[in-house]
Amino acid sequence: MVKDLTMAYGDSVVVRDLNFSVKEREIFIIMGGSGSGKSTLLRHLIGLQEPARGTIFYQGASSGLWEMATPERERLLRRFGVLYQGGALWSSMTLGENVALPMQEYAIAGAEEISALASLKLGLVGLAGFEDYYPAEISGGMTKRAGLARAMALEPDILFFDEPSAGLDPITSRRLDDLILDLRDSLGATIVVVTHELASIFAIGDNSVLLDGQSKAMIASGNPKRLLAESKDPRVLAFLTRGGTSRA
Amino acid sequence: MEHVDLEYGRTPDGTLHVALGGDWKLARGIPALRGVLEEIEKQPPPQRVVLETSVLAGWDSGLLTFLLAVLSRCMQLGVEVDRQGLPKGVERLLALATAVPARRNSRSPRSESILASVGDAAITWSRGCRDTLAFIGEAFLALVRLFTGKARFRRSDLLLVLQGCGARSVGIVALINFLVGIILAFVGAIELRTFGAQIYVAHLVGIGMLRDIAPIMTGIIVAGRTGAAFAAELATMEANQEIDALRTLGIAPMDFLVLPRLLALSLMMPLLCLYADLVGIAGGLVVSASMLGISPVQYLLETRHAVGLNDLFLGLFMGFVFGVLVALTGCMRGVRSGRSASAVGEATTSAVVTGIVSIVVATAIITFISYVLGI
Repeated sequence: MVKDLTMAYGDSVVVRDLNFSVKEREIFIIMGGSGSGKSTLLRHLIGLQEPARGTIFYQGASSGLWEMATPERERLLRRFGVLYQGGALWSSMTLGENVALPMQEYAIAGAEEISALASLKLGLVGLAGFEDYYPAEISGGMTKRAGLARAMALEPDILFFDEPSAGLDPITSRRLDDLILDLRDSLGATIVVVTHELASIFAIGDNSVLLDGQSKAMIASGNPKRLLAESKDPRVLAFLTRGGTSRA
Repeated sequence: MEHVDLEYGRTPDGTLHVALGGDWKLARGIPALRGVLEEIEKQPPPQRVVLETSVLAGWDSGLLTFLLAVLSRCMQLGVEVDRQGLPKGVERLLALATAVPARRNSRSPRSESILASVGDAAITWSRGCRDTLAFIGEAFLALVRLFTGKARFRRSDLLLVLQGCGARSVGIVALINFLVGIILAFVGAIELRTFGAQIYVAHLVGIGMLRDIAPIMTGIIVAGRTGAAFAAELATMEANQEIDALRTLGIAPMDFLVLPRLLALSLMMPLLCLYADLVGIAGGLVVSASMLGISPVQYLLETRHAVGLNDLFLGLFMGFVFGVLVALTGCMRGVRSGRSASAVGEATTSAVVTGIVSIVVATAIITFISYVLGI
């Protein structure tokens, strides 16, 4: 749950007074135009940036993300998996090593089991047999999927996706959407997606917030399809209809 | 060949007609705006401006910039403009160009007083100092975690960095220090020969290389080679969000990225310095044997007689300190860099400059302390 969150870089406020909550096992979309603060909100949610004001609560935690002691916050962050916009795979490691590293760090199993687990995670995203490839040797879509395999390495409760469709062709993007739905249904994870791709938003989103860069505020929240059907705010309609006003 | 043609004039009802003809392309040159603008600004202002392009043969962005300037001036003066005579393509592009009003004063340079500039510079400097101290503190805590067995990094990373900053630096370290040994011997020989004391070239080269020159030259080579590589690699990782990915997995970048580099360089620098000492002495030996008539055995005996273990250990200690400094500056500039290609370049440049400056400052401090202590 996000309560009265204000995000800023120094004196420059990005978004103010955000309030929303994400339910378990839902796919929650953070949407908005370029520069509206979507990625900044994601950085706040995953503990990379401290809010200027307000609190971020996670279920099972004793206090807000930035109010708790560092060791407790680190334990909480281990429940998250993050897929970054560019994949952010460690370029000096193979895909297998990328996926295995988090498991090795927390010693969740022996070396052989970790290797098998890494292969399994890569297999889940359709990259079986690519364990020994380096990030530079695979395509953009494969990089995203490998990043997703790494994000799933520690069996996270919550998966965060930063612009998963960015830079992908429509078919690869659609496959990634299907994969996200599969993961939610099979792993039971809560998924938070930052995106402005309308096709993805309507295909996978259960709930959403829409950020507006001009007013520096959240201007809508709810199921994206319902927002399209029911919202009377021209800004919301303009965003959900690619600048038009027709709901058709 | 078509010519660019611009004619303008007022009719008795106060309408300014601007007729554009010929080939309005940048390559052919665009007429000066000033005349039309002066006509628009002339008192009394025109009732309206009519743009006519019936004899326009061709156009490109040159025509658009001209029209934008005219339209903007008319808008400022509240003069109506009749754009019906413009080609459809020009109309569409003008509509696109003016669809979003230009952001005012967003990035315009502000004229600041000298006092404000000095204040800004002081604040930036103090932030930089605080950042540096924080990084050193974090590195120290990471070392404590290492010695208490709590720091985690991949052994293969440490070995790779050891290879990069050690074995792969051997060639350039040997070349530079051999040449420096030769230069030192030549410089000494010129003066010492006049007193018939050329045998003391061995003393000069031996003491000079061991105490100062070998560590400094090796430090500078390593700052330019390895320190820059550290900064560029880590800054690229920062730009690609690879460091964010480590943080969100709960892996401390300080342990995982900085510690192996710090350890590798602080271990390898004394070894490189020892190697540089030997190569530098060999350089002096070549000059002495070939030009000063001193036999190699005699030169080596003199060197052994001249230098003590304190000279050797002082040089190795300096090498260790330089290794720590170069590793810290390289890693700090990399990890604290921005998220763009230019930030990677800035981080690399800054790492080399800071590394070399810190080596020189550290040399001055260590030399002074060793003098006071009589080492």
